[in-house]
Amino acid sequence: MIEVVDYDAGNLHSAAKGLAAGGGEPVVTSDPSVIASASAVVLPGVGAFCDCVGKIRERRLEEPIRAFITSGRPFLGICIGLQVLFDRGLEGTGAPGLGIFPGEVVRIEAPGLKIPHMGWNSLRFARASRLFAGVPEGAYVYFVHSYHAVSSDVVATCDYGQPITAAVERDRCYGVQFHPEKSSAVGLRILRNFVEMAAA
Amino acid sequence: MLAKRVVPCLDIKDGRVVKGVQFANLRDAGDPVELVQRYDRDGADEVVFYDISASAEGRRTTLDVVSATAEHAFIPLTVGGGVSDTDWIRTLLRAGADKVSVNTAAVRDPDLVERAALHFGSQCIVLSMDVRRAGPGRWEVVTHGGRRPTGRDAIAWAAEGERRGAGEVVVNSIDADGARQGYDIALLRAVADAVGVPVVASGGAGGPADMLAALTDGGADAALAASIFHSGEVSVAGAKRYLSDRGVLMRVV
Repeated sequence: MIEVVDYDAGNLHSAAKGLAAGGGEPVVTSDPSVIASASAVVLPGVGAFCDCVGKIRERRLEEPIRAFITSGRPFLGICIGLQVLFDRGLEGTGAPGLGIFPGEVVRIEAPGLKIPHMGWNSLRFARASRLFAGVPEGAYVYFVHSYHAVSSDVVATCDYGQPITAAVERDRCYGVQFHPEKSSAVGLRILRNFVEMAAA
Repeated sequence: MLAKRVVPCLDIKDGRVVKGVQFANLRDAGDPVELVQRYDRDGADEVVFYDISASAEGRRTTLDVVSATAEHAFIPLTVGGGVSDTDWIRTLLRAGADKVSVNTAAVRDPDLVERAALHFGSQCIVLSMDVRRAGPGRWEVVTHGGRRPTGRDAIAWAAEGERRGAGEVVVNSIDADGARQGYDIALLRAVADAVGVPVVASGGAGGPADMLAALTDGGADAALAASIFHSGEVSVAGAKRYLSDRGVLMRVV
């Protein structure tokens, strides 16, 4: 069962619909024990880093999420759901993240370019990834964000004045900065790849 | 790099897509969910719903349409029309809207933009403005389909909207709207030079050549159009191929 973590994130249902369209049977939950017994977990998200990480902690979901990832089962963070996996986010007053990935989430520096980075941008792959099986180099996906992760675990970037982290991966923990649930056929392919990993 | 966007806009009344000229002679133009799915397949980068329902019952059916669309279409969805408080914005976002646009209510109560951006984030708050030419190089914000002048300078209002937290600005030229003679390029350029957030061109599209002008000379990030897509005389895919062939970076599917 794929569990979509409910911590009052705005696009929870869009993410669930996308997983369903990708062939999964997602269940939305905020129950730590359900997360513990899941075969795969998705952490969606829109909003501000501090706010999201605060809500995860308020709902006592930090430890269950960390334990799930450590167990080696497939995990996917989307947008803020990727960002909170890092050591620290610098948005607003700054806040510590879950520390699954080493590194910080910093404001995009793109002189002359608009912030937020909003719209369709094309993927450049740093290395092969099961999550992106069948997705060609240069495929467009939909981004909406002002901060991005500085990471040594990057599998895909896009160009926005500088390389922007589009996806990270460590063991079976995946994070995407873009919104696959809003990225049309390419996004659904990515979600289907994740659903297949969850079923395997 | 970031692609420019082509955005079909659908007028929604009581749960259906309607077509008309200047809100008169409305005719049924189909099921919104089917149309959005077709536009998604055709390569639309985003879809805008403009709610022209007058009654509470109409609002409720529009909400159903937003949920149904979010369930079946996997591109960003913006909803506007009659948005006047943060409760309704929250309801629309929960129903699956990715962005909500404010227009008349923001003119009346500019603080609404700030409150909305604070609660939901700038990325999902769009300032939409209807604009009339007021003289050479001058434009005025108007409301009520252009009938009511506000005394606000359009360029200053766009800048104020950004300052108050709007993450995007839609510039709708009332002079050009429905005339299919092209967007007001000088207006777009003036707004694009004044703000640091994405600018969406609206009002006047007669074909892909007008979109080309808006996205190049006008400096817009997205070109919105309604009637030319619904009538079928221009397809989203055809428009995007035209733009891509002329050097505009497009997501071509």
